[in-house]
Amino acid sequence: MPDEKSLTEKSRIMDSARMKRAISRLASEIVEENQGAKDVYIVGIRRRGVPLAERIVDKIAEIEGEMPLFGIIDITLYRDDLSTVGASPIVNRTELDTDIDDKIIVLVDDVLYTGRTIRAALDQLMDFGRPRKVQLAVLIDRGREHRELPIQADFVGKTVPTKQSEIIRVMLKEYDEVEGVGIFEKPSE
Amino acid sequence: MEKPYRRRDLLGIRELTEADIRGILDTAENFREINAREIKKVPTLRGKTVINLFFENSTRTRTSFELAAKRLSADAVNISVSSSSVSKGETLVDTALNLDAMQPDCIVVRHGSAGVPHQLAKVSRAAVVNAGDGANEHPTQALLDAMTIREHKKKIQGLEVAIVGDILHSRVARSNIHLLTKLGAKVRVAGPGTLVPGDFRHLVSDGLTVCPHVEDAIEGADVVMILRIQRERQDAAYFPTLREYSIHYGLTNDRLERAKKDAIVLHPGPMNRGIEISSDVADSSRSLILDQVKYGVAVRMAVLYLATGGSAGGS
Repeated sequence: MPDEKSLTEKSRIMDSARMKRAISRLASEIVEENQGAKDVYIVGIRRRGVPLAERIVDKIAEIEGEMPLFGIIDITLYRDDLSTVGASPIVNRTELDTDIDDKIIVLVDDVLYTGRTIRAALDQLMDFGRPRKVQLAVLIDRGREHRELPIQADFVGKTVPTKQSEIIRVMLKEYDEVEGVGIFEKPSE
Repeated sequence: MEKPYRRRDLLGIRELTEADIRGILDTAENFREINAREIKKVPTLRGKTVINLFFENSTRTRTSFELAAKRLSADAVNISVSSSSVSKGETLVDTALNLDAMQPDCIVVRHGSAGVPHQLAKVSRAAVVNAGDGANEHPTQALLDAMTIREHKKKIQGLEVAIVGDILHSRVARSNIHLLTKLGAKVRVAGPGTLVPGDFRHLVSDGLTVCPHVEDAIEGADVVMILRIQRERQDAAYFPTLREYSIHYGLTNDRLERAKKDAIVLHPGPMNRGIEISSDVADSSRSLILDQVKYGVAVRMAVLYLATGGSAGGS
């Protein structure tokens, strides 16, 4: 990813209030689809999927009065581009402390783009066991035309048609100064 | 993004910066979880080849590297070269070039002579990892020792570490001294005068003391690291008998009393029970010898990952 400073923001498509509402809606849709929080296992994909997953967990607990299971997946070791990214990316820990067998896994990520991250997360999940079902929740879906694999999201905060020359950044207080979602232009090469 | 470790080869701890060392240890920390899974395998190094080229006998280190490679889905080939087969006449460089022609991604090498991995690294396109070269270095051992210390003491900075025994012949001691002093620990070495050269303190610029008696080194230590008596490397009589060595330098409960109450005991193995370490110390809860072995696999996974990850794309 290019240096953050060299990016110019074209438009802000979500501020923190809209992001909060989108997360609430994702949480409601997840419990509606699965008829409650029983066996629901919310798994955040590092890095920005993790705080989003935590917020969805809190919201579900609020709606249902029952805490869904929570875990974290780091896909670094399952990437398909290790030989082309240039140097070893930093490995972080996967934390799936509760057995995933027969659970309803809801993978959570910030942006769905090519689908390759989700492929890596699915492969990793299968190494951990046999979930009853795997669903995907994303805050932003960049649209099917960018997909490089047959992967779609079950729960979407907002669909944003984008060009390849654009970058979507989900900014979260855990990592950034502000909260929100912006469209940035890649610097021309 | 900040890369934790830029060198492809791991030849010694001496060549690494403090940040490199921390990067490897942090990566290894995150690999531990894989070794606790039911399916202890990730696809990361699929299609990569690791050659374990061992010119010296080794069970633990070779197995550890082999498991590390396999748990990352690399293909591991073990070559044990006894000195007799080298005497067919092939030079080390030719051996290396021949192996390199088979296009491995990483060569893990152990050799009885110091500097062999460095030689190999010069001629080979594969990344070279030193698994022990003569009395020079054994970097992955020092890294797994550091990981064990960090796990139990939460830090390395400011710790007092005693290293006791055959310092002269020990690559483990050298790698540990480099690593521990780079991370801010104070190291004290002790052993028979014949096996602890007085000018050893010049190995590093700061943080190393040579003690005249074992008791001085152990006094108040947070970590006591016992070295194996390496009879196979001793070409002369450095001490009269093993019994005498054990009486004067062996780690017993009595001697360990001098260390801090929560001191931990490390040994790189294989240990000579009753010689450099008494059985009751070796089997006590303070002894972390099996933890060291356990962390060894995670450390070697991290080293192989950092040595080979992304290398196919260029640079």
